[in-house]
Amino acid sequence: MNTERRVRKYPDIWQRFSPRETLIRYAWYIVIVFIGVWALSNLDIPWFYFLDAHIQAGDLAYRMWPPSFEYISKLIDPLIETIHIATIGTMLTFFIAFPIAFLAARNTTFNSVTWFIGRFLLVGSRSVNTIVWGLLFVAIFGPGPLAGIWAIAFRSIGFVGKLVAEAIEEINPGAVEAIEATGASRLQVLMIGILPQVLPVIYGTIVYRWDINIRESTVLGFVGAGGIGILLYSSINQFLWREVTVMLMAVFCVVLASEFISAIIRQRIS
Amino acid sequence: MMSSTEKPYDTSLEWHRIRMIGNPLIRNSLVILAMGYIGWSIISLDITWDRIFLGLPRAMNMLTRMIPPDYSRWELLLRGLLESVQMALVASFFGMILAVPAGICASGNIVPKPVYLAARAFIILSRTFHEIIVAIFFVKIFGFGPIAGVLTLTVSSTSFISKMMAEDIENMPPGQIEAIRATGAGFSKLLIYCISPQAMPRYIGVSIYRLDANIRHSTVVGIVGAGGIGQVLAASFSRYDYDFSLAILLTIIFLVFLGEFFSNWVRSRLR
Repeated sequence: MNTERRVRKYPDIWQRFSPRETLIRYAWYIVIVFIGVWALSNLDIPWFYFLDAHIQAGDLAYRMWPPSFEYISKLIDPLIETIHIATIGTMLTFFIAFPIAFLAARNTTFNSVTWFIGRFLLVGSRSVNTIVWGLLFVAIFGPGPLAGIWAIAFRSIGFVGKLVAEAIEEINPGAVEAIEATGASRLQVLMIGILPQVLPVIYGTIVYRWDINIRESTVLGFVGAGGIGILLYSSINQFLWREVTVMLMAVFCVVLASEFISAIIRQRIS
Repeated sequence: MMSSTEKPYDTSLEWHRIRMIGNPLIRNSLVILAMGYIGWSIISLDITWDRIFLGLPRAMNMLTRMIPPDYSRWELLLRGLLESVQMALVASFFGMILAVPAGICASGNIVPKPVYLAARAFIILSRTFHEIIVAIFFVKIFGFGPIAGVLTLTVSSTSFISKMMAEDIENMPPGQIEAIRATGAGFSKLLIYCISPQAMPRYIGVSIYRLDANIRHSTVVGIVGAGGIGQVLAASFSRYDYDFSLAILLTIIFLVFLGEFFSNWVRSRLR
């Protein structure tokens, strides 16, 4: 009798999950699959498009090759413009995101109303995609890089601001108290107590965002906000696929290079 | 002991702000370099003040036409929104599934080199090109509609989740892998008993984050005709229906806020 109980408690074969855990796990699988199937079936996807997809893809590949490399001389200026848009936009972000981050951090904000405003600004900025901001600013400033710069800046505020606000909330309060105890004003506490603690995070985030922004600014031209996207969009609309190939290659190189640079800088900061 | 003899005043003992870059020469030259860069780019971008001032009345005009937001066509809005959410769900679902093999292939410590390189090439390629560019290609191949959007988001989710997963697997301590291999386990047993228990929490967390990111991205692939609320938004912009545009934007913000709240809640429960 004793042996039987022991066997029941300690089975001979090791199993990772108890039966109850297994049951819960499978229930989750079923729920996830159900959600996936429900969403897919509601999308009314014309499945017969899949039938000739490989033909279409092959046709596209055939038209894209070989790339017309003589086009590359026309790409230098738009590429520089693309980088400019990303860089200036990111610099603007630095100045705008900074005060908002202080509003959105619980320990530096004035009261719950300003905290909410800060949070709302950050979420609003992040929820609207760069392209949509681009649409807005093209309507305001007209087509061109100026609209692109503002679009980049407005989208990045939310990203940078959120991470910086989180960093501010996690600072060491001792340093702040020490500065406060010397009778420093609010601004002085901010500049001497808080800023040096979050500065590495700010720089790191800004550099990280810059390399995302390079990627984003390559497509801003689709809505007319400057950069290489304008050329890319017009080539696509004119079915000049061999030029598209060259542009994609150029974009690939620039984005990869920016990612590389940003990784090196971030490594040195931290 | 206190001595009455005056020591020479040592300026290096004086308090000074801690700088990130200690060397003043490098620090100041960086500032000058940045200034020069800004000047160069502003000149080359041909940005002038009257361009900016010209924009201000137009911005005011747009704002007055935007406010109040027009919710009268809420049916159209809701349909677009639902389509976006469904696109995000489907893309996350397939992204989660496809990311498992892709992530395993992209971890250098458990697969042979050629497989690793191929998987990494896929991840780098799809990370470099913005969703909109990928969406255009899918629209060309599969035609307009949500199908192109779903495929675009699936590709980007797959590469994102698999990259995170590969990093996680590569950072695993080699001890456990060796221990399981020492029992004579093959590759599949290694995955089930060693890799998956260690990679699972992060994988689920990243997938849920990606769901929230997909909701955000699904609002934009529509601009090139890949379905969802983005298509409605782009149409309203090109018809200057700014009050409807604002209604859509506010709804998107609300939706993203909800998605973020949900994803934060789930991820905090996971920990």
